[in-house]
Amino acid sequence: MNDGLMIEVENLTKRYAGHTAVSGISFTVNRGEIVGLLGPNGAGKSTTMRVLSCYLPATSGSVRVGGLDVFRDSTEVRRRIGYMPENNPLHLEMRVREYLTFRARLKGLGFRRSRARVDVVMEQCSLTDVSKRIIGQLSKGYRQRVGLADALVHEPELIILDEPTIGLDPNQIRAVRQLIKSLAGAHTVLISTHILPEAEMTCNRMLIMFEGKILAADTPDNLQRLMSGNGQVVAEIAAPLEDLCNCWAEMPEVEHYDVSPADGEFFRCALTPHNGMDLRPHIFAVARDRGWYLRELTRNRHSLEDIYVKVTRPPEEEEGA
Amino acid sequence: MQAYLTLTRRELATFFLSISGYVIIAGLALLVGLDFVTLLNSVGTDSVSMPITQLFFNNLLLWIIIVLTAPVITMRLFALEKATGTFETLTTTPVGEIQIVAAKFTASVIFFILMWLPTLACMFIVQHFANQPGALETGTLCSMYLGLFLAGCFILSIGCFASALTKNQVVAGMLTLVAGMALLMLNWLAQNISPGGRWPAQVLSFFNLSQQMIDFTRGILDTRVIVFYLSVTFFFLFLTLRVIESRRWK
Repeated sequence: MNDGLMIEVENLTKRYAGHTAVSGISFTVNRGEIVGLLGPNGAGKSTTMRVLSCYLPATSGSVRVGGLDVFRDSTEVRRRIGYMPENNPLHLEMRVREYLTFRARLKGLGFRRSRARVDVVMEQCSLTDVSKRIIGQLSKGYRQRVGLADALVHEPELIILDEPTIGLDPNQIRAVRQLIKSLAGAHTVLISTHILPEAEMTCNRMLIMFEGKILAADTPDNLQRLMSGNGQVVAEIAAPLEDLCNCWAEMPEVEHYDVSPADGEFFRCALTPHNGMDLRPHIFAVARDRGWYLRELTRNRHSLEDIYVKVTRPPEEEEGA
Repeated sequence: MQAYLTLTRRELATFFLSISGYVIIAGLALLVGLDFVTLLNSVGTDSVSMPITQLFFNNLLLWIIIVLTAPVITMRLFALEKATGTFETLTTTPVGEIQIVAAKFTASVIFFILMWLPTLACMFIVQHFANQPGALETGTLCSMYLGLFLAGCFILSIGCFASALTKNQVVAGMLTLVAGMALLMLNWLAQNISPGGRWPAQVLSFFNLSQQMIDFTRGILDTRVIVFYLSVTFFFLFLTLRVIESRRWK
């Protein structure tokens, strides 16, 4: 149905009294994809998710989930979505199994089916050991998993998770990421985060949001390539300064070079290639032929951190820098 | 329907999972107990020509108790869920707003009735020591509890509405209390302003709550009163529904 698109957002704008949280964004998400919504706090991630999950109406624009309009076919859309809001609100006075069964019944699962599904998701989220504990007495990691189990319990086509790993310790974060990754294929997942490595590790595609707009949308690898297009290489070589400079000047692949002294007799050479080719083999060959000591040879990889900072930095700051 | 029942069950369970439900019931038992003492005093040794149920409700104290307990029961309903954020998880399930409002209201009314059940004991104690067999009849007893039920619906629907308006429980509780007190004042006005036959007096007569309750306790079922209580209930539930839905128009 509708050519495999799970989410279609067109010109979505959401204004609250006084300010615009999301202004005219458009994006699509295919079935089975894991998409990360990335951006600093206040970028409009949560608002976008709230509109998608039918909690808030859009001011303008159209939002469709599985081909259904979130406003007009709200009930049907909600049946297909598993949503975990920010801060993961739970009924703290209930027990884990009791809560999940309650949620499953609310979502329209029959008596037997809800029991079976609760067993499955508790297994999936490693909650079986704490099934009889009161949620309020559980650690944050467990509560987060209860929230996830709740989002999964009715086997939704689309799972929307707002900051699913916030406030967890590294081990718990890893466990939650594993769980999210394991959902790919069978479910479509939209997660929001402001932590880059998280999106880098779990998502097929990332949407970078800033001040209510989508600034970039691509796979983590492509974004990477986009940024490190010049492919600058840094080499630390022990050789006479003159020889080095002449060598780089004569090398046809090098467009621009910069040599600065490092400690001892080593020099640090920053080399920019023509049309983004990889200079490393050439440099190694030169050093071998001339008998220079080569102690470091790295290609500058822009981490997504840089992309993120660059994309989300306000323009005036960029000009000043 | 399934969602409605599931929600009602959970709402009702919330009263008893936390200490709040027991505290409300204990508080009510204490106040009703005090009322019972005054009742025993007034009975004394003289013969009284009223059924026990009417004796019980012969003063305004019972209405004050109803007005006091309503905010405590209803202030949590929507306000707490909004404050903790569970309202978001609730409204993003495929459950209609009508079911949510109906379930919360039903649970509060059921709790209200459960809360009054211990008063049955007082009735039976008086009957045991009364020498007339007609002092307590099933009919009047049923009509008294029907009256309580309707009064409960009346005031709890106002409480539901107040709770839906805000995410602050104290504000919700205060609004309900003020509305309840205003009703008691209307009641006082209705009793003390001479009926002039003009329309303000007629309207006011509908708010003669204590007299209406006395009628119920005597076994008199006035359909006008029943219709009035139910209409007010539905009106406030309708307003509650609108408030809950309003987030979709903003």
